[in-house]
Amino acid sequence: MKVRSPEFKVRAAAALFEPNLQKALLNAKAGFQGNRAKAIDLVPEWQQIRSDAKVMKDHTLENLDYYLLQYEESVVANGGKVHWAPTAADANRIITELCLAADAKLVVKGKSMVSEEVALNDALNAAGVETVETDLGEYIIQLADEPPSHIIAPAAHKTKEQVSELFEKAHGGPRIDDRVGLVTQARQVLREKFLSADIGITGANLFIASTGQHLLVTNEGNGDLCSSVPKMQIVITSIDKIVPTLEDAAATIRLLARSATGQHISNYTSLYGGPKAEDELDGPEQYHVVLVDNGRSTMLGNAFKDMLRCIRCGACMNHCPVYGNVGGHAYGWVYPGPMGSVLTPNMVGLEHTLDLPNACTMNGRCAEVCPMSIPLPDLLREHRRLQFQRGLGTKVSRAGLALWGSAALKPKLYQGLSRPAIQLMGFFGRKSGAYKKLPGLSGWTSQRDLPAPEGDTFMAQWKKQQKAKNS
Amino acid sequence: MSEDSTNRSSVDQSTAEKPAVGLFVTCLVDLQRPSVGFAAVKLLELAGCSVEVPSAQTCCGQPAFNNGDFDTTAALARQTIAALESYDYVVVPSGSCAGTLKCHYPELLADDPDWAARARAFSAKVHELLSFLVDVRGFDVSSLGTQFDGTATYHDSCSGLRELGIKQQPRTLLAGVEGLSVAEMEETEVCCGFGGTFCVKYPEISGRLGSDKLKNAQQTGANILLGGDLGCLLNLSGRALREGIPMRMFHTAEVLAGMAERGIGEEAK
Repeated sequence: MKVRSPEFKVRAAAALFEPNLQKALLNAKAGFQGNRAKAIDLVPEWQQIRSDAKVMKDHTLENLDYYLLQYEESVVANGGKVHWAPTAADANRIITELCLAADAKLVVKGKSMVSEEVALNDALNAAGVETVETDLGEYIIQLADEPPSHIIAPAAHKTKEQVSELFEKAHGGPRIDDRVGLVTQARQVLREKFLSADIGITGANLFIASTGQHLLVTNEGNGDLCSSVPKMQIVITSIDKIVPTLEDAAATIRLLARSATGQHISNYTSLYGGPKAEDELDGPEQYHVVLVDNGRSTMLGNAFKDMLRCIRCGACMNHCPVYGNVGGHAYGWVYPGPMGSVLTPNMVGLEHTLDLPNACTMNGRCAEVCPMSIPLPDLLREHRRLQFQRGLGTKVSRAGLALWGSAALKPKLYQGLSRPAIQLMGFFGRKSGAYKKLPGLSGWTSQRDLPAPEGDTFMAQWKKQQKAKNS
Repeated sequence: MSEDSTNRSSVDQSTAEKPAVGLFVTCLVDLQRPSVGFAAVKLLELAGCSVEVPSAQTCCGQPAFNNGDFDTTAALARQTIAALESYDYVVVPSGSCAGTLKCHYPELLADDPDWAARARAFSAKVHELLSFLVDVRGFDVSSLGTQFDGTATYHDSCSGLRELGIKQQPRTLLAGVEGLSVAEMEETEVCCGFGGTFCVKYPEISGRLGSDKLKNAQQTGANILLGGDLGCLLNLSGRALREGIPMRMFHTAEVLAGMAERGIGEEAK
C-alpha cells in the first residue's frame, strides 16, 4: 500500500472540513467512548487486570523465541502448519503459493489488519485470485476501494447514506436507506461467497503457545464462516500476538472487548486449532498459520518494545482528539491514531512519516485508556528524538529551537533579551488587548489572536520589588 | 530575601518555621502574564510559606523536549535543579511545567551519574501550585473572603491531570471564593489544542480543538473559563477572541488571590 503519510498536513486540514467525515467521526467517538466507560465501570478490578496483562505480555516478549517455537510444535501436533514470514513480501508469497497450489479462484477474508499491512489483497488479485472481504466494514471499504480508517471499525469514516450509495452501485437497485436493510443485503451477497469460496483467510486476535490455537473475535460471525466453510483455512497474524496459555488469552480478551467496543465479550469469540479431525463433519482440511515479523523483531530490541504489547483494540484512537477530528485516512497508511503513529515509522521508515509523531498534543489520554499500559506519548517523543538526532524536519524550526535553547541556558542574557521585546509587545498591544497578526508568528495568528503581554517580565518586576523592600 | 540569589538565602528568625518555597515562575508567566506569578507568591505567603524566586531560571525545557532535543532539555534541567534544589519545596504555577520538572527530569538525567540522584531528590520537592496549596498546605480560601462574581467553568489541563493527578484541588479552592459558582463542561478532560509547539505546527487541528473546547464551555452558561496552565489559557482566549466568543479567562491563582481584574487578552481600561 502506498504510504501517503507525507501528505498528512494537507489531508488532515482538508478532513476538518469534510462534512460527511465529521459527522461519522462524531458518531463513532460518542459511541466508542461512552460504551467503553460504561463497560469498565462495571469491572472494579480493571486496573489490576490491566497491570497483570502488562506483566504477562512483557514476560512473553522477553521469551518470544521460546513461546513461538512452542506454538509451532503445538500447531504441528494439531495437524496444522506454521509458515514464517520475515517480511511483508514473504507473507504475500507464502499465501499466494498456497492459493495457487490449491487452484483457488475465490478467497473469503475475515478482517485482518496484518493482511492490510502486507497488502495481501493486491498480491492475491495480481495472481488472479479474487478476494472478498466479509467483515461489513471491510466489505464497504473494499467496494469503495479505500483503505481502512480505523483498526476495528474500518469504515468508521462512512455515513449510512454513503453506504447506501455504494451498495446501490455494487448490488444494483433499488436503493436501501435503513440499517437493517443494508445489513440484510450484505449478508445475502456474502452468504453466496462463503459457500463458493475455496479458501478462508482470517487474522487472529491472539494465538496460544501451549495449545496451538488461535483466538478470533468478531461481532458478525463472518470470521467463523471464513474459518469453517472453505476447504482450506489460512490465518495471517504477527509474532507479537502470542500469549503463553489459554488463561492468558482469557485475561487479554477481558481487556480487549471492553476497550474496543465496550462489550463484555465480542458476539463471537472463537478458538481454532488445526484442520478438522477424521471424525468431525465440518471444518477445513488444511490449517495454515502465517506468522509475520515485518520489523517487529527489530522493535523487540529497541526503544519501541512496549508497542509490541498492543492488542489492537483501538481505544487510543477513539480517545485521541487529533484522530477524532481528522479521521484515519489523514495518517496515510494502515494504522492510524496514536498506535499507528508509533508503528508506522517503524514499518515504513521515519523519513516518510515525519508528521506522525509530531501531530500529537502530548495530552496523554491514549496512554490513560490503553489496556496494555503502552506509554504512547513517550514512544512518540522517542520518534521525535530520533528525528532530531538524524537531522530530519525543517531547518527553520531546528535553527529557531537552537537559538532559543542557547539563550534559555543563559538566564541573564535571556532575561536581558526577552524584556525589551515583551515591553514593546505589551505597550503596543495594551489598548486592543491582543494581536491579530504578528510577523513570524503566523502559525499562531492564523487561528487565534495573540493576547498581548502585560508589559514587563515577572523577573524584572520581582527584582525591582525586592530591591525596594530591602532598601 | 536576596534579590538575586541562585541559592536559598540564610533563613532569618521570623521565617524560621515557615517552609521555604522556591517559585519556578515558568517562561509563559514571566513573559506573558506576570500577575499569575504575583498571585502565586501572595497565595503561598498566605499559606504560611516564605517565597523566593531565584533568578537563574528561564524555561523548564518542554519546547526542546517535545521537539526531540533531549540534550538541550537535560542542560535546562540541570540549570533549573541547581537554581531550586535547596528549597524545602519547588512550586510551579503550571501543571505541564511542574510535570516536566517532576516526572521528566529524573528520566532525562537517569544515566547521568552526577545528576541522577539530584534529579530524583529534586523531583520529590516539586509541586504544582494549586495542588500544593490543598494537598501540602491544607489551604482554606474561604478564610480570605475573596469575592469574584460569576459562573466559571474549569478546563483540566492535560499534563496536570494525567501526570500529576490534579483534578479536585482547583475545584476545592474555587469553592471557597464568594460569588463564584463552577459549572462543569462536557469533555473537560479533553485537550484544548495547545500542546506547546503543536499549536503552531498544526494550526488548523489545534484551532478545531480550541473551538470544540469553547463550545463545551459556552454550553454550561459560564462566562468565565479558568485553568491552571497559562499555555492552554492563551490558546483558548486567543481562539475565543478570533471567534468573537465572549468568555473571560484567568489563571485560577489570580481569582483566588483576588487579583483577577483584566482577563487574558482583554483590552486595557
